[in-house]
Amino acid sequence: MTTQSPALGTTGTEEKPLQPASPDRGRRTPAPKLARGQANWGVKILLVVLCLLWLLPTVGLLVTSFREPDAANSTGWWTVFTAPFSNWSVENYRQVLLEEDFGRAFLNSFVITIPATIIPILFAAFAAYAFTFMKFVGRDFLFILIVGLLVVPNQVALVPLLQLYARADLVGTFAAVWLAHTGFGMPLAIFILRGYMQTLPRSIIESASVDGASHFTTFWRLIVPMSVPALAAFAIFQFLWVWNDLLIALLFLGAGDNIAVTVRLAGLIGSAGQGWQLLTAGAFITISVPLLVFIALQRYFVRGLTSGSVKG
Amino acid sequence: MIKIINAVLAVLAGVGGAMVLYFVLNFAVERLPGKWEHRIKPYVFIGPALLVIGVFLIYPAVQTFVYSFANDDSTEFVGFQNYTELLGSEAFRRTLLNTLLWIIIVPVVVVVMGMAVAVLADRLGARSEKTTKTIIFLPMAISGVGAAAIWGFIYASRPPTQDQIGLLNAVVVGLGFDPVAWLQIDTGKLNSLLLMVIMIWTQVGFAMVLLSAAIKSVPEETLEAARIDGANEVQTFFRVVVPQIWATVITVFITVLIGVMKVFDIVYTTTNGNFNTNVIAVQFFNELFTNGNNGYAGAIVIMLMIAIIPVMAYQVRHFKKQEAAS
Repeated sequence: MTTQSPALGTTGTEEKPLQPASPDRGRRTPAPKLARGQANWGVKILLVVLCLLWLLPTVGLLVTSFREPDAANSTGWWTVFTAPFSNWSVENYRQVLLEEDFGRAFLNSFVITIPATIIPILFAAFAAYAFTFMKFVGRDFLFILIVGLLVVPNQVALVPLLQLYARADLVGTFAAVWLAHTGFGMPLAIFILRGYMQTLPRSIIESASVDGASHFTTFWRLIVPMSVPALAAFAIFQFLWVWNDLLIALLFLGAGDNIAVTVRLAGLIGSAGQGWQLLTAGAFITISVPLLVFIALQRYFVRGLTSGSVKG
Repeated sequence: MIKIINAVLAVLAGVGGAMVLYFVLNFAVERLPGKWEHRIKPYVFIGPALLVIGVFLIYPAVQTFVYSFANDDSTEFVGFQNYTELLGSEAFRRTLLNTLLWIIIVPVVVVVMGMAVAVLADRLGARSEKTTKTIIFLPMAISGVGAAAIWGFIYASRPPTQDQIGLLNAVVVGLGFDPVAWLQIDTGKLNSLLLMVIMIWTQVGFAMVLLSAAIKSVPEETLEAARIDGANEVQTFFRVVVPQIWATVITVFITVLIGVMKVFDIVYTTTNGNFNTNVIAVQFFNELFTNGNNGYAGAIVIMLMIAIIPVMAYQVRHFKKQEAAS
């Protein structure tokens, strides 16, 4: 995502949060809307063409990544279909992982992304709990502030942060990106989680406190397990956003030991002439993780995107 | 192997450190006398979150605002000079124009295409609908850098004497024309438009998913009523469905709009803003990183911020209305 997808972590401007599954969910069979199953041939052909167009660029990348260097650099990838059983190799992957340092960058991206996903969720879950179930001075004002911050572009923070990190000797460290992503993802995380927690039945929390459970216990034992759908939805957002990020990794980690996989790939694109086939293997390694996460968890992700904003 | 162990240790240290923070804070606050415990505890819960928001968003934003009125290494105030110089420069005006085109074109195309796919796929059988949507949605998981690499094989150009390895040029040459260096031609903003195609490719699925869910939640009765009144499919769609999903259309539009305003990686990795394709976020990066000019970088991003303030005001108002309603 670009930015967006990506632009993901920052794409949620207005998604109202998830709702817990309503009890009648299983029983309600969705009535056929508009005209289910009534597509005529024109519509079917149009959609098939569109799907092919949408897949084509990625297929080209995948095919090229398994071609031999000479072939990949001299003929178009579609020519493989004239001789489908020759010139395949995994040499590109071997070379890109071992000689072009993608192996390390790939590992680094996990070290960057996992804490940069979990830490903001932890912080945001505590904050969302306080915003939902506790009373304190300044609560409403602080939350409005967070809503306003949802759309603030990260770029506005980068120059001073770079200086701050230079003074604290944090440039090039994983902690630098963890903290930056935690800060940048925080408004959206709090917004989503608080919205979800508000839909939880208050009576459960009240009876827990009557039974003598502290807020801390209530939080861990009750609220966190009940909020799993919202936590999962935000975790997927944030994971995709951090893994796919180029700007922050480029500024705070650069091309040193802790280089991220996106930065490494951008470098490979920049230094043309090294061979197209390496670029494709590198690109496929880079996009494989978000694609897998996305395909495996699509249901949570879609639910996170759609719930609420539709009911609105 | 050592690398992997180090990686695991780093992850554990980061996550574990954050957890320990809360346990320690909570342990401390529970030792306070009852009344104070209740007063302080909410701030323990929101404290770390507010701290990172303060340190990583609010403080730097204010600082950036200050820097935008100072010279390149922030040692001396220069008033509005950065702004006047930027707005007076031909290059920056072109950057603004390009960004404006992105803002006008991309969100509209994304919403229209997303809507079209949502409506058409709705008419397929359940399984075909799911497959279609997954295929259209998939590029959303791909980074701007990855998308740029992928589309490189569409836009690539080789001299006429060689075989073309870019798909678009293979078609052009196949039709008997000379290959075209697509991303270097700014006549009619061709290259910028081709870069927008990449962004559109990654975003249509997002629009489709939200709009499709909205369309499906339109009550069947309202459609029936329209049909009984003699409206055809097209009329039913525009007069009955669209008004009911308008809130979602706006949501999608704003979300894509914000993403487009900040578009960086697609342009940075393909042209780096050359051939008259520059956009605000790329010029910001180059002023900051390549030219080391904090003043210009600050001024650029403050202008971006000013453009976003109306959206922010809309968000806050919308949120307040919702809170009042619930």
